[in-house]
Amino acid sequence: MTHDSIALEVADIVRDVLDAPDLAIGPDTTADDVPGWDSFAHINIVVATEARFGIRFGTAEVETLHNIGDLVALVARKTKVAA
Amino acid sequence: MRLVDLHWLPAMPSAAADLRALSRAGAPALADLRPLAAARLDFVQTATLDRLLARALATPDRHLRPLRIALLGSSTLAHLEPALRVAGFRRGLALSVHRGGYGQYRQDLETPSPALAAFAPDTVLLALDAAHLAAGADPGLDAAAARALAARSVDSLIRCWRRARALWGAQVIQQTALASAAVPLLGANEPRLPGAPAALLAAINALLPDAAASEGVDLLALDAAAARDGLFAWHDPALWHRAKQEVSPAAAPAYGELAARLLAARAGLSAKCLVLDLDNTLWGGVIGDDGLEGIRLGQGSAEGEAFAAFQSYARDLSRRGVILAVVSKNDEAAALAPFDHHPDMVLRRADIACFVANWNDKPGNLRMVADRLNIGLDALAFADDNPFERALVRRELPMVAVPELPDDPALYARAIADSGCFEAVAITEDDRARTAAYRADAARAALRETETDLDGYLESLGMVLRWRRFDRTGLPRIVQLINKTNQFNLRTRRYSDAEAEALIADNASLALQLRLSDRFGDNGVIGVVIGKRADDALFLDTWLMSCRVLGRGVERATLNLLASEAGRMGAGALVGEYRPTPRNAMVRGHYAGLGFAQAGAEDDGAETWRRDLAGFVPFATSIAIEEARP
Repeated sequence: MTHDSIALEVADIVRDVLDAPDLAIGPDTTADDVPGWDSFAHINIVVATEARFGIRFGTAEVETLHNIGDLVALVARKTKVAA
Repeated sequence: MRLVDLHWLPAMPSAAADLRALSRAGAPALADLRPLAAARLDFVQTATLDRLLARALATPDRHLRPLRIALLGSSTLAHLEPALRVAGFRRGLALSVHRGGYGQYRQDLETPSPALAAFAPDTVLLALDAAHLAAGADPGLDAAAARALAARSVDSLIRCWRRARALWGAQVIQQTALASAAVPLLGANEPRLPGAPAALLAAINALLPDAAASEGVDLLALDAAAARDGLFAWHDPALWHRAKQEVSPAAAPAYGELAARLLAARAGLSAKCLVLDLDNTLWGGVIGDDGLEGIRLGQGSAEGEAFAAFQSYARDLSRRGVILAVVSKNDEAAALAPFDHHPDMVLRRADIACFVANWNDKPGNLRMVADRLNIGLDALAFADDNPFERALVRRELPMVAVPELPDDPALYARAIADSGCFEAVAITEDDRARTAAYRADAARAALRETETDLDGYLESLGMVLRWRRFDRTGLPRIVQLINKTNQFNLRTRRYSDAEAEALIADNASLALQLRLSDRFGDNGVIGVVIGKRADDALFLDTWLMSCRVLGRGVERATLNLLASEAGRMGAGALVGEYRPTPRNAMVRGHYAGLGFAQAGAEDDGAETWRRDLAGFVPFATSIAIEEARP
């Protein structure tokens, strides 16, 4: 798995959770940019990402995520992929 | 095998892509959503399907039974709603869900909001979290005080149940307590601390069955599910703190399924009849080939004991009112022999209300079972070890429940149980007498024509027949097939290792091993043909096939192959022979069906058949033919 392939999969998870199959997503995308990305959707994105990559985020780690780039970087770190 | 994985539902590799495509399109048709609802989806996919379902049901569907369910609780429940609706749809229900205010179940029941009052639920699902139920727990309490506290908790639940019935005449489902709030204080001897949360929750769960039975309330046994799967498969402490979700979103699809089963059972939509395959489902091996002595069943091997245990499970199901039937590709006499004569059979002929053993396709035979028993196809659940048959039945008869079975027979009973096909809320005397009654009905009922779109299914399988001359690697399997195949075997000519080996280098003969693969995988070597030159023709000394791949057109594809190879060898005709034995009646019409003309008959019943190859037009099949290279 590479950083790019993680980014693609995370983007798909976000699109699936938000039911927005054609949503444009980049590293700078934040919840505020996207209609429907509320706290409920946010939890679903985190849980689905954990399940997809077989990892677990710490309670504190989740609170440090500000944008998609942060989430991808956290997955990469947890799955030991170099940036 | 965890419940949260919905392991009894078939995986659907195209689900993610299908859901995205449907989301982009306009209003989906309900028929497009059914296969998705019947497949193993994760919670994100379940939520997407729920949104599509809402769009499709903008026009109500009269085949779905509408039901209004109020989801009331003490913490976050919104994430369970989509899974409830999707699981309801899976079982023929169109669920409307009204979710109560956060943590407001008591107020919802004491003074319902105008919205809830107008909704007037048929069913109230009380989904209370353990932290709420364990309120008042105190490790300092003595046993008597702890008992009183547990009893007070249950009494207050009973008041809620009665209130729901008084307000709306609603059926109540009470979720049992997860051990989420029960972090041990002592350790292994935790029950010695009766006032601590663990013991208190256990005491509440222990009181619930009697209370529920006397109040006519159904229990959603979350504690039992978590005991099976592990608590953290159902509950994530981090999510409890973050979002007050007692049940993790990842477990929501399983939660919806457990609840929908209870609703379906109350609505009379549970399956009533378990239809069993025989070979490799009720015993190990193939009765037609291996014979009574050869099948693996009962004492003597772990595998045999596992099959016997599965039979015991089926018999216990029949004792509590599930009808048993058999649908098997077999000669009837061979199929019945174990029921009448095998000492380790648990099931006997009298346990089976409807027994169908023939060579027809299984969807047609399932229709016949439903007809004879005079029940709907949606009352059938079908257990078959063969993924080909399961997929064919799902495709042709989507209303029949077809649980996935794992490879290991030791897990068959668990798979059927986990599938919840036969979920029931109460057992009556009628249930206990049912199999006998249905057996009598079936004996009187007439047969009806059946039709199955087999061609379309076969076309979808991507079957490839890979052939290869005999070789040393394949020899053990070739010799095994030659010497044990009894049913699909035209001449039943046996070969020793040395005789078969001699054919490897014999260029005047055509000795072929045939493998069949399809989208479920490789079926291995399933056929052997040995042709020998005789005058202008190729004489088919041996033609045999595993019954596992019957009904797929393999015979016709094999003939196409033989015609082309015989032509390459300079033969102008194929000559075959049928030699009857007590076991091979199923291939009596083999050559006639392949366009051969009868060329002779002997006193012992043997028949010679010939097909000239001039102007041979290959049969149309759904099977690609490839030569396998070493």
